[in-house]
Amino acid sequence: MGQPINEIQEELIEEFGLFEDWADKYEYLIDLGKKLAPMTDAFKTEENVIKGCQSRVWLHAEKQGDLVVFQADSEAIIVKGMISMLIRVLSNHTPAEILASDLYFIDQIGMSQHLAQTRSNGLVSMVKQMQHYALAFS
Amino acid sequence: MAEKLNIDQIRADFPVLHQQVNKAPLIYFDNAATTQKPKAVIDALQHYYELDNANIHRGLHTLAERATTAYELTRKKLATFLNAPSTDQIIFTSGTTAGINLVAQTFGRANIEKGDQIIVSNLEHHSNIVPWQMIAQEKGAEIKVIPVSDEGVLDIEAFKALLNSKVKLVAVNHVSNAIGTINPIVEIIALAHAVGAKVLIDGAQSVAHLAVDVQALDLDFFVFSAHKLFGPTGVGVLYGKRDLLEAMPPYQGGGEMIKEVSFAGTTYNELPYKFEAGTPNIADVIALGAALDYLQAIPADALAAQEEALLAYATEKLQVIPGLKIVGTAPEKIAVISFMVNGVHPQDIGVLLDKFGIAIRTGHHCAQPLMERYGLVGTCRASFSFYNTFEEIDRFVLCLEKTLQMLQ
Ligand SMILES: Cc1ncc(COP(=O)(O)O)c(C=O)c1O
Repeated sequence: MGQPINEIQEELIEEFGLFEDWADKYEYLIDLGKKLAPMTDAFKTEENVIKGCQSRVWLHAEKQGDLVVFQADSEAIIVKGMISMLIRVLSNHTPAEILASDLYFIDQIGMSQHLAQTRSNGLVSMVKQMQHYALAFS
Repeated sequence: MAEKLNIDQIRADFPVLHQQVNKAPLIYFDNAATTQKPKAVIDALQHYYELDNANIHRGLHTLAERATTAYELTRKKLATFLNAPSTDQIIFTSGTTAGINLVAQTFGRANIEKGDQIIVSNLEHHSNIVPWQMIAQEKGAEIKVIPVSDEGVLDIEAFKALLNSKVKLVAVNHVSNAIGTINPIVEIIALAHAVGAKVLIDGAQSVAHLAVDVQALDLDFFVFSAHKLFGPTGVGVLYGKRDLLEAMPPYQGGGEMIKEVSFAGTTYNELPYKFEAGTPNIADVIALGAALDYLQAIPADALAAQEEALLAYATEKLQVIPGLKIVGTAPEKIAVISFMVNGVHPQDIGVLLDKFGIAIRTGHHCAQPLMERYGLVGTCRASFSFYNTFEEIDRFVLCLEKTLQMLQ
């Protein structure tokens, strides 16, 4: 059993709480994007693309034992930073845990605008797609 | 030497410019998407709704008369603005897109046949591509494309080679929204007319920057949106030559566009009403009139000089940023700079500049065929208007440098 989803969210909120201004926050986010585990090339397929208006996101999911494991990538680094956090929070959990999750950390760290910009970056669709995978695997 | 504009005074006319965005003073460099509105336009809207609101053309009462007069006055102002031979040739639409669709569905439907050709350019906005693809598909006609050079200039020799008697329509923009190129429409129109083709010019990006004389240019169709001309959203203008408009079948059916309706047969109203079915966007048309008045009170040469100076200044300052490449370097450009930076996604630049209070546009600018031509996913686009300042450009360049430091 991994760390509970909400515990990871609290960790992220604490990490972002260290920064006073937006620039530091975004530098950290960009850093997370750069450190995102590379996606297996074979999974960067057309079927795995989530089309945003401006940048593409790739998402792959597989079941390992009871757990859903996600891999993802994006062309844009800020989106990648967001992806890195979403994977850290949701990957390696059971479908039931993923389906029951409420991603409140995004709002609390002040990044909800990236999920509100409908379609423009693919993140909203990515979160939905992660839920769909969880449902399909449950 | 053109008279210099008093920029502070002009900026005072635009309420929206005076605000903080993300704790920084707003810098609005997204004027190609939509321009800001002077107080006069906002006041005209408020005045109309507070004092004159009535449905036009049909009422006998005083308010209906006031509203009708104000609405028709904008048509007169537009005829003057475009030097149209008559007000009947000014048709109100909801925007550039609506105007192009109107021409495609009426002129296009009546005149384009199987095997005919429609020419567009590689620089077009999707609005000036898709309506033509739709009618071409329906009729079994072909779309041909004028290629564009690496600098962003249309290849006129290639255009000449495309022209033949099967070409029924040439649809190009006056100015490219994505990279700012001013296209040689005088030459394009003359060449098209020589083979008997009609020409639609998409003026969405030109009307706010260049004078347009529809008679001198021998324009067949000219379309634009009020919201890119300091006016409100939801209004567009279609100008057409009289014989073309008269021969065109009506577009939408309904009230206003008819002379008499009976189940035995309906007769259609005259120009321009034949193409204005239903209650129009009265308030916004009236406010467009206020926008035209505002614009015409500013000396045109001073306005052009300010925009030219902003373009030159920003171009020079941006060029020294390592890895930055300006996309679109045509010798004839309006004050639009599209650029990309090596190894950086445009979206990241846009997100961070917004944090500095700076509004630019990133993405494909509804011109995917052009992005494809240059092998780009998109660009960053800064587009200026006469109310922008050199200080804003300085801060933009500084913030862009900071942004790139964060990203690289
Ligand atoms: C060149 C060009 N054509 C057409 C349009 C579409 O205008 P609207 O969305 O106002 O109909 C635009 C707007 O971005 C444009 O720049």
